[in-house]
Amino acid sequence: MLSSIVSLSLIGFVSASVLFVASKKFKVYEDPKIDQVEKLLPGANCGGCGFAGCRNFAEAVVKAGKLEGLNCPVGGSAMMIEVGKVIGIEVLASEPLIAVLRCNGTKANAVAKINYDGASNCVVAHALFSGESGCPNGCVGLGDCVKVCQFDALYMDEQTGLPVVDEEKCVACGACVKACPRCLYELRPKGPNGTRVYVACMNTQKGVVAKKNCNVACIACMKCVKVTDSKSVSVTNQLSYIDTNVNAREHGPALIGCCPTGAILGVKIAGIKSVKSESNS
Amino acid sequence: MSDLKTFPKGGVHPSDHKLSSQKKTLILPLPKVAKIPLSQHLGAPAVAVVKKGDQVKVGTLLAKSGGFISANIHSSVSGTVAMISEATDTSGYLKEMVVINVEGDEWEVNIDRSTDLKLEIVNTREEIIEIVKNAGIVGLGGATFPTHVKLMVPPGKKAQVLIINGVECEPYLTSDHRVMLERADEMLVGIKIIMKALNVEKAVIGIESNKPDAIEHLASKTKDYPGISVQPLKVMYPQGGEKQLIKAITGREVPNKGGLPIDVGVVVQNVGTALAVYEAVQKHKPLIERVITITGKSVKNPGNYLVRIGTPVIDLIEASGGLPEDSGKIISGGPMMGKALTSTEVPIVKGTSGILIMTDKEAKRIPQSNCIRCGKCVSVCPLGLEPYLLYQLSIKRKFDRLENEDVMNCCECGSCQFTCPASLPLLDYMRLGKLEVGKLIRSRKNN
Amino acid sequence: MTTKLLTVSPSPHVHGDFSTQRIMLDVAIALMPALLVSILYFGVGALKVVLVAVVACVLFEYLIQKFLLKVPVTITDGSALVSGLLLAFNVPSSIPTWMLILGALVTIGIAKMSFGGLGRNPFNPALVGRVFLLISFPVDMTNWPKPRLLDFSFVDAVSGATALGKLKEGVMMGETVDKLMMEIPSYIDLFVGNVNGSLGEMSAAALLIGAVYLLVRRVISIQIPMSFILSVVLLTGIFWLYDPSRYADPLFHILSGGLMLGAWFMATDMVTSPMSKIGMIIFGLGCGLLTVLIRLFGAYPEGVSFAILIMNAVVPLINRSCTPKRFGEVLK
Repeated sequence: MLSSIVSLSLIGFVSASVLFVASKKFKVYEDPKIDQVEKLLPGANCGGCGFAGCRNFAEAVVKAGKLEGLNCPVGGSAMMIEVGKVIGIEVLASEPLIAVLRCNGTKANAVAKINYDGASNCVVAHALFSGESGCPNGCVGLGDCVKVCQFDALYMDEQTGLPVVDEEKCVACGACVKACPRCLYELRPKGPNGTRVYVACMNTQKGVVAKKNCNVACIACMKCVKVTDSKSVSVTNQLSYIDTNVNAREHGPALIGCCPTGAILGVKIAGIKSVKSESNS
Repeated sequence: MSDLKTFPKGGVHPSDHKLSSQKKTLILPLPKVAKIPLSQHLGAPAVAVVKKGDQVKVGTLLAKSGGFISANIHSSVSGTVAMISEATDTSGYLKEMVVINVEGDEWEVNIDRSTDLKLEIVNTREEIIEIVKNAGIVGLGGATFPTHVKLMVPPGKKAQVLIINGVECEPYLTSDHRVMLERADEMLVGIKIIMKALNVEKAVIGIESNKPDAIEHLASKTKDYPGISVQPLKVMYPQGGEKQLIKAITGREVPNKGGLPIDVGVVVQNVGTALAVYEAVQKHKPLIERVITITGKSVKNPGNYLVRIGTPVIDLIEASGGLPEDSGKIISGGPMMGKALTSTEVPIVKGTSGILIMTDKEAKRIPQSNCIRCGKCVSVCPLGLEPYLLYQLSIKRKFDRLENEDVMNCCECGSCQFTCPASLPLLDYMRLGKLEVGKLIRSRKNN
Repeated sequence: MTTKLLTVSPSPHVHGDFSTQRIMLDVAIALMPALLVSILYFGVGALKVVLVAVVACVLFEYLIQKFLLKVPVTITDGSALVSGLLLAFNVPSSIPTWMLILGALVTIGIAKMSFGGLGRNPFNPALVGRVFLLISFPVDMTNWPKPRLLDFSFVDAVSGATALGKLKEGVMMGETVDKLMMEIPSYIDLFVGNVNGSLGEMSAAALLIGAVYLLVRRVISIQIPMSFILSVVLLTGIFWLYDPSRYADPLFHILSGGLMLGAWFMATDMVTSPMSKIGMIIFGLGCGLLTVLIRLFGAYPEGVSFAILIMNAVVPLINRSCTPKRFGEVLK
């Protein structure tokens, strides 16, 4: 009885001293700021910043001592200001962003001409062929973006065959932007009171060809440029692009109204039916 | 037959279905409009040298090679260039094509259209390579690698043996088989020319034992051609793969991680390529037509046709008795590695070895189930990879580990997916892995 | 759409005739000769045990997939059928029905479904069920009825210990093997199956017939069973030569107990065995070594189940260390 108490205590003591010595001897100095920054971060390890995880991002921030090229889109502007405070620099507030799908090739708009029967993966399908509808730039609809979204902010709409961004949940981490083999996602400012307007098409084919595959393709007719100005809307490569700075409330109705194919979509714009989004329902 | 040579590891036995192996090659009538893509080969696309409205003859140069690894494109018909524009290719994407309205069949004057066999090789090595380059010849086995690049042995290396690929291990396809039976002499002279270009003394024609007539025919013919021999091989897919064929015939292994056949002193050429080389060097005829198999269980008259490049696939299908009612899939190439077509309007290109039509029932994949870790994919992989692991890593997007597991060695032969009892899309995801790892490697090189 | 759509998919466009269903069906067919022998010796009771085990396993799989996990039901792949058969083969034919159903629940519910179903379980489900029953109900699980040829009455059979059990007990009591061998069944009995034992493990002959069928159908490969059996022969041989009065000869060891069933049907389970040929050999050697250690020095007379389960745990490690040689690997 006594011997076991003594021997166990002894083992405990010896182990404790070994651990103590080891922790002193092999201690690696780490800037305490790293821990402070890491605590501020969301901790989702989503990779939206370009680093493997939040800890790596914190290390990079503290090591650089500045925030140029370093941004956590998930935490947003308010959090980055706090991070700036830890490393002793001032950060200006930036606008919140949201992921926008630039394709409206629903099952009805872009009718399938081919039946795909392969792995349910957008990159695989994209490398194989132009897509069920034939549009080489449109959404393949196999949901790579949904799979990579760490925030449950994307889901496939069975009816349209397109993914839908949940406005409440999207933190603009950019994972879907990277995942989409056809670069259909863009991070755009949420806009004043959530109003925004954008071209929901990435097709760079000539108008006639594009229309063959999809009813709502941008045919680069230039009408949208005429109703605004060439600074707000630019047309390159047979494709129109509405600048992110365009005031959606002011120009939205005109832009949406002028488009002959309906390629321009708006969110929360007076008098215009909104694109389907979780926040509207 | 067990004493026949083959490669030692992996491989599968898909059923043969060589429906058209005894059908004589017929000549397909000219198309009304020929669409000739500017990128029919591996490497940079060719650059067009004709413009809208130009009159062209058969054999007129349409586009010049656009880089070191690239090939010339010649007109396969005579007529007027209607336009040079983008049109859908086999995968549905737009590619630059020269569209020619066919008028008559007028050939460039220097092309010798007689069928006499011209035995004597007068050109020097350099001249041969130059002629092959100008004739736009690419590997006709399917990979469409420019042939003249293969003929130029890099300094410091020496070719010891030329292997002629007459394996045709893909089920259904019989175009190479027919070439070996019907054009044996021309092909053998072509082989002699390639041997001269490479400066090798020995050439071996590898043929699988399911083509006994071709083996017999060539074995008797090669008696007149010293240095050329026939090697019968055991039937095993993917023996037509360059690395597997070299291993089967010479026992040498092409080093992985970017090794080339020339590293083990071997150059491999397809039988069709040898024929094309003969025609280019002895008859001044550029690569403008090739033998193509049209086949499928539901096809009325499976057969082999000599087809001009640029002919729409539908013309070939019509010649074989029309598209069957229950067609579910049209494949360019064989069932193991061929590419499914998105439309029948796409043109035949240099790399098209056959058109295979599958019924609705054949076209659908078997529903997949869970991996039961049977290890069959590992045992059939001819390259010693572990497809089950690569598949899982690819789904989990662990691309750095994929690279360590040598995903880039995969030759996409499809043996793993063919044999998988759970019908998993192993190769689909391995392709994804290859794409992503390729991106990783490129970005590393750029940095 | 009026026109029919063409299908586009990546190559390969054809598939071989291998399927999970076919593999499972082949295993079930291969087990039939052994089942026949046990019905001959143990009567209708054996058939009842098999039916109960199979129905219970398939039913549990169906219920768990349909109502608990809410995933597509995959009972048609035949894996539950094989698990049920193997579980039944590993219990005495006199086992109470409720106990068998409990075993089936452990087999399917714990050993298979909790890991994610077919293909994801690290341990052989039937063996987990068997070992669970053996540890929980040692009396019932080692109460072996005596075989009575073609006796289909429902009278409770006389029970006794297995050959291995008798041997172990006897050696512990200090008797010599020679003497004990007189009391236990002859090699011929062991070979045809006229012995006490689990329902399906008695007849080496019947199991071998099934094994040959599996080899011909290429469902199993020779590596695991060969290395398993050879290592048992080798190790028991060494001990036998060292002291024949304390250790039985190798032939006795390979014919008795569950070695034949284990080596040909349990260790070769695809899900829980290594993928590469070299890995399979290592796996088989490990199974053999552990079996012999448990049989000769452990508390239990029989060690095949434990040996296989322990080696199952090592499989991921074997898989990672025994990668096939890459084609064209540059040797350094």
